[in-house]
Amino acid sequence: MVSSMAKRPDLLPGTLDMLILKTLSRGSMHGYGIALSIKRQSDDVLTVEEGSLYPALQRLLLQGWVKGEWKMTETNRRARYYTLTAAGRRQLGLELTQFEQMIAAIGRVLQDA
Amino acid sequence: MSWLARTIRKFAFFAGRDRRNRELEEEMAFHRGLSEQEMMAEGLSADDARYAAARQFGNDARLRDESAGITGLWCETVLHDLRFAVRQLRRNPGFAVTTILVLTLGIGAAVAIFSFVDAALIRPLPYQNPSRLAILYESIPLGPRFHLSYLDYLDWKAQNTVFSSLDVYAPFGFILETPAGSQQADGASVSAGFFRTLGVTPVLGRDLQPSDQQQNQPRTALLSYAAWQRRFGGRRDILGQSVTLDGNPTTIVGVLPRDFHFAPAEPADFWAIERSSGGCEKNRGCHDLFGVARLKPGVTFAAAFADIRRIADNLAREYPDSNRDQKAFMLPLTEAILGDIRPILLLVLTGAALLLVIAAVNVASLLLVRTERRRREMAVRGALGASRIRLIRQFVTEGLLLALASGLLGVALASGAADLLLHLVPKDMLATMPYLEQARPDAAVFAFAAAVSLAAGLFFSLLPALRISLSELREGLAEATRGSSGTVWRRFGSNLVILELAMAVVLLVGAGLLSKSLYRLLHTDIGMVPDHLALLQVAATGHSYDTAPQQVALERKLEARLSMLPGVRSVAFTTTLPLGDGDGTTGFTIVGMPPDKVHREVAFRRVSANYFSTLQARLVSGRWFAEDEGATRQRVVIINQQMATQYFPGQNPLGRQISFDADGKNAMQIVGIVNDVQEGQLDAAPRGAMYLPFLQNPGNFLAVVLRTTQPADALLPAASAAVHQVDPGLAVDRPITMTERLHDSPSASLHRCSAWILGAFATLALVLSVVGLYGVIAYSVSQRTREIGVRMALGAQRSSVYRMILREAGILTLLGILLGLMGSLAAAGLIGKLLFDVHAWDASTLVTVGILLAVAAMLASFLPARRAASVNPTEALHAE
Repeated sequence: MVSSMAKRPDLLPGTLDMLILKTLSRGSMHGYGIALSIKRQSDDVLTVEEGSLYPALQRLLLQGWVKGEWKMTETNRRARYYTLTAAGRRQLGLELTQFEQMIAAIGRVLQDA
Repeated sequence: MSWLARTIRKFAFFAGRDRRNRELEEEMAFHRGLSEQEMMAEGLSADDARYAAARQFGNDARLRDESAGITGLWCETVLHDLRFAVRQLRRNPGFAVTTILVLTLGIGAAVAIFSFVDAALIRPLPYQNPSRLAILYESIPLGPRFHLSYLDYLDWKAQNTVFSSLDVYAPFGFILETPAGSQQADGASVSAGFFRTLGVTPVLGRDLQPSDQQQNQPRTALLSYAAWQRRFGGRRDILGQSVTLDGNPTTIVGVLPRDFHFAPAEPADFWAIERSSGGCEKNRGCHDLFGVARLKPGVTFAAAFADIRRIADNLAREYPDSNRDQKAFMLPLTEAILGDIRPILLLVLTGAALLLVIAAVNVASLLLVRTERRRREMAVRGALGASRIRLIRQFVTEGLLLALASGLLGVALASGAADLLLHLVPKDMLATMPYLEQARPDAAVFAFAAAVSLAAGLFFSLLPALRISLSELREGLAEATRGSSGTVWRRFGSNLVILELAMAVVLLVGAGLLSKSLYRLLHTDIGMVPDHLALLQVAATGHSYDTAPQQVALERKLEARLSMLPGVRSVAFTTTLPLGDGDGTTGFTIVGMPPDKVHREVAFRRVSANYFSTLQARLVSGRWFAEDEGATRQRVVIINQQMATQYFPGQNPLGRQISFDADGKNAMQIVGIVNDVQEGQLDAAPRGAMYLPFLQNPGNFLAVVLRTTQPADALLPAASAAVHQVDPGLAVDRPITMTERLHDSPSASLHRCSAWILGAFATLALVLSVVGLYGVIAYSVSQRTREIGVRMALGAQRSSVYRMILREAGILTLLGILLGLMGSLAAAGLIGKLLFDVHAWDASTLVTVGILLAVAAMLASFLPARRAASVNPTEALHAE
């Protein structure tokens, strides 16, 4: 139901976790900040829907790749800030390597054609 | 991340799930707030911005559900589903009770029958490696499964190259001396290695030894476990004690295991060592033993069979007088024990399976109707964010819950039903099928029950789940789709009801055929008038009845005493009662006929002069024995019609002489021909039989036949008492009436049991399938109320509405009956060999069943048809 509203290209499956981890590698952020950051960094091409962001964050918390802390924002409101853990950093490295290998492989296939 | 650490974290998450949910909620509210601000900054009004943010965020409940799905424990949602399922069922107790009841019946019946199948056919027989054991018989022109003689046994044992051991047994009725007087005790006489061949070791004491067989050693016997408990209170000091069997002191040396049974010799309390007692061991023509053998490793059954056939053929050449036409016959032990019961068990199990399918289909129909009613609920839950998989899981949970509840109740019902079924089998007969008594819920039975319940549960859950697809979920919110989905269901439900009706037909036909067969069996011509006949068996042991004059005197005394009893019209004696196993046969020669190649063998009985008139058998020609036809007179014999036509074709046997000896010594003159009195089982083919006067051939065993003027069973206690008045040392056994003997005979009992069980199944099946038909038609009428209203508004007559509904039901019924009749014909092979004098395609049974089902179905569809016809058009159109 949610996805039917999206007009932009869907994220490649499995890349959301990686994008979140990469975004968090630049410093701790709250959920809205993560979504905003991904959108800006991709020049509005990638939109992380809230519908998948929060389940993904829960999943990362459960895996122990990020940890959450309640802090006050600049505007003095309570928000949960997510920080990358050491395990999360390892995981990010792993996923990046795999992703680059895959992109390279796809690139080779497309060049051939 | 190790699996363990994740699991631990998951449990931590689970423990703090309330706090976590609050946090998630707050986080998402914060997010929405910021989105709103951003959109307002882009120029949207406050209300529009809130709405857009909420829209962008998506389905709040579903989001939370998804997050919970990630972090929550699997069992948490299952518990939710379960709680919801129970609540659903409690909200509609009528539905819950009906489905569970129907399904419990189905599962209970299947599990009860399966517990017998398990006990008889699945659990291995209580011997070591039972598949390597075989039973050996001698085959004679009368049939294949006859006793072998002791001398033949010795030759088979010495000359065979295929058995690692070969032993013999014989069922044996002993006279046991007890402080309360003599009584008959069931037993068997076995050779010393019998239990080692089977691979059975006594639980107490020692096995029989070859030295026990020597004449100078004390006789020994083993006790069955049940007899040890029943007769001796399970006392361990029974070992070494002596009992008197047939007047011989016998030492108890051991007790057999509790689960040991050996059906061919059961019932047996005493397993005594086989010991030569008279001339029989020296006479190749005296057959009184069965062989049991264990195949050598690597020897196939066929090779072993060929080997003993070779030995038997050699013996027939070597000893033509006694062994002509005597061949060897061999059966695997499991076949000998279970061969008769297997087709019946499989038939009944098939019946139970059909009933179970009907029950399951019925429940599935009810569930489908309920699914239709719950479309809106499902649509609402879907709109509120329940994922499709979650909705399907709800159905699966409900289906499994129903099946599980019914499965548990079914197992409980099954153990009760199994006891009830055992009571249906006459005691004497059950004693010969000891493995059935060991039917109890074991691992296999529970596994079966679990598998059946699970299969039923999945069937129930997937059917409705398949009916609910996501697109339909959305439509479900709109009323308009009701009509179309109703059609889909109606078509599906109709197919199911056709299946139900067809299976009911198959079961009804099976039950009908068996009942008809039972009736034919019980009313088959047995050559006598069985009512008002009282029977009891008297054994005279001890040394006061060793000689012929003593035995004749006893017979006279018994006759005098018994005929004084009030209500006794006549007293007769025989050595073997009719309707037995047909055994007790003899070879004979016809004096004056050249000793040809034919081996003649007929049943042979010694009877008192008035035996036939007491049975009210019919004299075909000649005369009965005279009252004073004793040892001093010409030896005489009466033969039956079968023997006359078989051995004296085209001749008059009266006046001819026959003899037991090859040289024609001690010839007997044929003085009468009697009609065929059934000596064997009810369904046995007629066999030749000869009857000798008791006075010329007395013995110390007598079966008493009393023709009574009052009901025969009332006389039995007085008759037993009267025998004991003649001599307290006489053992009286098995007082019974001829009618009971007829009805409880193995063939009749097997027939009756299977007819009863299948009849019960068929009745249930009829009720369930008719109720199922009613449900389908009633539902169809309720869905078509509007259509019917329109028809009537346009001028349709009530009678045409009646016709329309009845035609719908009629087509279903007809299809069901046709399919069922075809199924019955296909199943003919399964039931055919159990039937007596009835064909599996018996037209009158098929037609009767068809009519019965048609009438029942029409009655069931009459109610909804009437409801349809009484629809008020204005109301019907108004309501929609």
